[in-house]
Amino acid sequence: MGVAAEQEKALIGRILAGETELFHELIRPYERMVYLTILTMVRNEAEAEDGAQEVMINAFRHLKSFRGDAKFSTWLVTIAMNEARQRLRKAKMSAQESLDEVPEGKEGDFTPAVLTDWREIPSEALEKKEMRQKLREAVEQLPPIYREVLVLRDLEELNQEETASALGISVTLVKVRLHRARMMLQKLLAPYLNSAAPAKKGFFGRMFQ
Amino acid sequence: MKLECKHVWEHISEYLDQQLDAKLLKDIENHLENCEVCSAILDSTRNILVLTADDRTYELPVGYSERLHKRLEKTLREEKGSPEKPA
Repeated sequence: MGVAAEQEKALIGRILAGETELFHELIRPYERMVYLTILTMVRNEAEAEDGAQEVMINAFRHLKSFRGDAKFSTWLVTIAMNEARQRLRKAKMSAQESLDEVPEGKEGDFTPAVLTDWREIPSEALEKKEMRQKLREAVEQLPPIYREVLVLRDLEELNQEETASALGISVTLVKVRLHRARMMLQKLLAPYLNSAAPAKKGFFGRMFQ
Repeated sequence: MKLECKHVWEHISEYLDQQLDAKLLKDIENHLENCEVCSAILDSTRNILVLTADDRTYELPVGYSERLHKRLEKTLREEKGSPEKPA
């Protein structure tokens, strides 16, 4: 266990012993993670903020049930993901749509898009605000089961095991869904990457080996 | 072994996560050296992921943290004592 994790454990001990005001300090590093987990799932800022507050309050109320075997951050993001899923389900139910109606089989198309006039995305293009906007929109378009894996792995940078634990799925499924999510994202963003890159001539002669 | 593009695409995610075994990694790297299509797909995917993790891509609403701690403070005050034992 690292120093930070040790300190966190000590902090949790003190909070449980009655120094509850230290809870503010405990959660400070995870405010962003909790908010973004819910935001990317429910796609509504006001709801994400309300959800994040609920998550932190729930975490405080159930802090005793946190077992030191997992990281506190993983425990917290699990609560956040459950909150997000619950809110999403509620929203979908009112829209008479099932959360599980997503293709899981192999029939889906999870191949990347071939970039036609592409060398390397110029860093200026990536720096552009529009690109960030396009990326957020593309993430929003992913079906929830893929979006949740991508958010935990690539946005919040949890490792595979932590992601599997937070979502209650196997590591193998995390890998499969992450790959598909990334390919879908690449495909959705390819048009903007193409136009962002300078045209490249004379290379299509040897496309596809 | 000579790989087809399609086969390389199936492993892009594992490649980026450095989870390929040595043999497959070598085959894929050989392929990438000679295939600009796959190199472009790989680089674009990698760049998208860099952008995803970039703090500036998602921003917190102004005042989010203040409002969060204010609400927490209220809860903490109302539930004085240790967690799980609301007063």
